Amino acid sequence: MKQIKFSRELASGIQTLLLHKLRSFLTMLGVVFGVGSVVAMLAVGEGASKDALEQIRKLGSHNILISSIKPVEEGATGTTPSFMSIYGLTYLDHDRIQESFSSVRKNVPVKLIRKEARLGERALELRVVGTSHQWFEVIPRPVLGGRTLMPGDLADKSPVVVLTEFGARKLLATRHTIGQIIRLGVDSFTVIGIVKNETGSSGAMQIPDREIDAYIPITTARSYFGDVVIKRTAGSRLREKVELNQIIVQVGSLDRVEPAAQAVERMLTLFHQKKDFQIQVPLALLRQAEATKRTFNIVLGAIAGISLLVGGIGIMNIMLASVTERTREIGVRRAIGAKRKQIIIQFLIEAVVLSSAGGILGLAVGMAIPFFITWFAKMPTVITPLGILLPLFVSLGIGIVFGLYPAARAARVDPIIALRHE
Amino acid sequence: MEAVVTDTRPETVIRLENAGKVYAMGNQQVAALDGIDVAFEKGGFWAVMGSSGSGKSTLMNVIGCLDRLTSGRYLFQGTDISAYDDDALSDIRLRHLGFIFQSFNLIPQLTVQRNIELPLYYLGWDKEKSQAHARHLASMVGLDTRLTHRPSELSGGQMQRVAIARALAADPDLILADEPTGNLDTRTSHQIMALLTSLHQGGKTIIMVTHEHDLAEYARNRLYMTDGRIDRIEKR
Ligand SMILES: Nc1ncnc2c1ncn2[C@@H]1O[C@H](COP(=O)(O)OP(=O)(O)OP(=O)(O)O)[C@@H](O)[C@H]1O
Ligand SMILES: [Mg+2]
Repeated sequence: MKQIKFSRELASGIQTLLLHKLRSFLTMLGVVFGVGSVVAMLAVGEGASKDALEQIRKLGSHNILISSIKPVEEGATGTTPSFMSIYGLTYLDHDRIQESFSSVRKNVPVKLIRKEARLGERALELRVVGTSHQWFEVIPRPVLGGRTLMPGDLADKSPVVVLTEFGARKLLATRHTIGQIIRLGVDSFTVIGIVKNETGSSGAMQIPDREIDAYIPITTARSYFGDVVIKRTAGSRLREKVELNQIIVQVGSLDRVEPAAQAVERMLTLFHQKKDFQIQVPLALLRQAEATKRTFNIVLGAIAGISLLVGGIGIMNIMLASVTERTREIGVRRAIGAKRKQIIIQFLIEAVVLSSAGGILGLAVGMAIPFFITWFAKMPTVITPLGILLPLFVSLGIGIVFGLYPAARAARVDPIIALRHE
Repeated sequence: MEAVVTDTRPETVIRLENAGKVYAMGNQQVAALDGIDVAFEKGGFWAVMGSSGSGKSTLMNVIGCLDRLTSGRYLFQGTDISAYDDDALSDIRLRHLGFIFQSFNLIPQLTVQRNIELPLYYLGWDKEKSQAHARHLASMVGLDTRLTHRPSELSGGQMQRVAIARALAADPDLILADEPTGNLDTRTSHQIMALLTSLHQGGKTIIMVTHEHDLAEYARNRLYMTDGRIDRIEKR
């Protein structure tokens, strides 16, 4: 019985609002834009942070990235032709990390050398990555053909190379190229496999692999190419000795990542006079990104709150006008025998219908905007269930909160005065 | 034995005992009702008359549970309801009283059908039952072809018929009409009076305020007021 009455209140509320279609629509607009902007902003915010978080997760949340950096030069000694600058991570650093920290599960040395690769007629400048078999465990990528490096390759200093899909395509290498010879600089290597590569890395942090990498055993890299690189600049030759460009450390458990990073940094600082390395912790970046996202959400929430408040005030305004306009109707209903409570419900339902309809319309608008943003600006947007439900419940709440006062005013109308009202 | 004799008298619907209503206007006091003693029996048809400002509307509002007395007692079917709260008075209006107003007071956005159904809506009747009942009432007042019209599409006389049908919907014990023909021409006024007379003949209790002596002739009893007091009562 109660259920039936409520649905009839709802139906008559909708009917009353439909009598003044334009007015009802204009009243709703405040909530429409309020909810619409909330949904859209949430979607854009969620999309942006999801992108950043995804990027960082790709780096591996258990990983610590240590990279060699060229220290700031003292004096003008760097310009002397015979000068050789020695800096960066060493093989010894790699071994020390392995020995000192029990929480370190994987410890991957990385040596980077630029070389020209030749396969038949094709030539391609690529980045040779001297590393261990563990690289492929720390940075897992699907193997498209053949195999990746194995401990035996390192022990034997085998002249073998794993290409990326992108590099292989540039060299016109196919699955049949596996087992054939490719030249890196002047040396011959056997292609043993092709792995898929990540594309388009642009974010808070570079992912360790590139599109045109060629992976070889680090032992091979050292004995074939040495540790000295000669850089030719205008008029001078600059010799640099860098043993390892990177060390990627993987820690067993998440809560040990940050302590381990600090310990590694302390230890390396002990053995390096100059600051010639840097440590990046994806997990810390992840935490930071999540904190940023929280702040972003609070700011969005405040903006959304203000716009919804404006929408609510609009509804209250119109409902107050409606109560005044319909004073006589209220008097008639009261004379017939309607209780104050029933008058309150009547006007409250009208306010809630206005705000909820505005909310639903706003949701449609708010879901269309991210779609166009993704379409035109190629920006990722994500609409979460919370991003839909929250604005809907809020718009419902707005109807109740801002409808309550006009409804209470309606219920306080004195029927005698109302019936005399012209 | 005498108690049995009093029991055979017509049942009293409403009794006012030394009823007073004082309006405080600043430091001035206006006694709109000043010591009213009257009993309205079941099945009666009353015309309340008197000059403007004599307290007729105030009396009707008090009887109609829209206004409260400032002194005296109001007995509704033998029960003193002077201390009833707003919800209880609303309930008496809903179940026992029907109002007819000078300016009709139909709800403009509702159709004739929905206007007549209004008391049934608050009584919680289900849809089919109240629609059927509204159709029945509309045909009783001769408006069965106007059910889907809005009040603005009706003449004054038709609007008052809708109002009468609405007043009858909850089958009230008493119908209160404050100048029901005040906005109507003479011919239409007599048609409305004929309708009220037929309701009275059907057993309804009616109290009606009017300024017109020829319309007061329709009523069996006439109550004359002056300055918030009952001047005299004529019974037929
Ligand atoms: N709300 C009020 N506040 C103050 N005084 C009032 C109020 N309502 C009525 N009165 C006064 O009470 C007296 C009786 O008014 P009432 O409306 O009952 O007269 P009436 O007999 O119905 O007159 P009419 O024939 O013009 O309708 C008048 O003097 C009026 O001024
Ligand atoms: Mg009057």
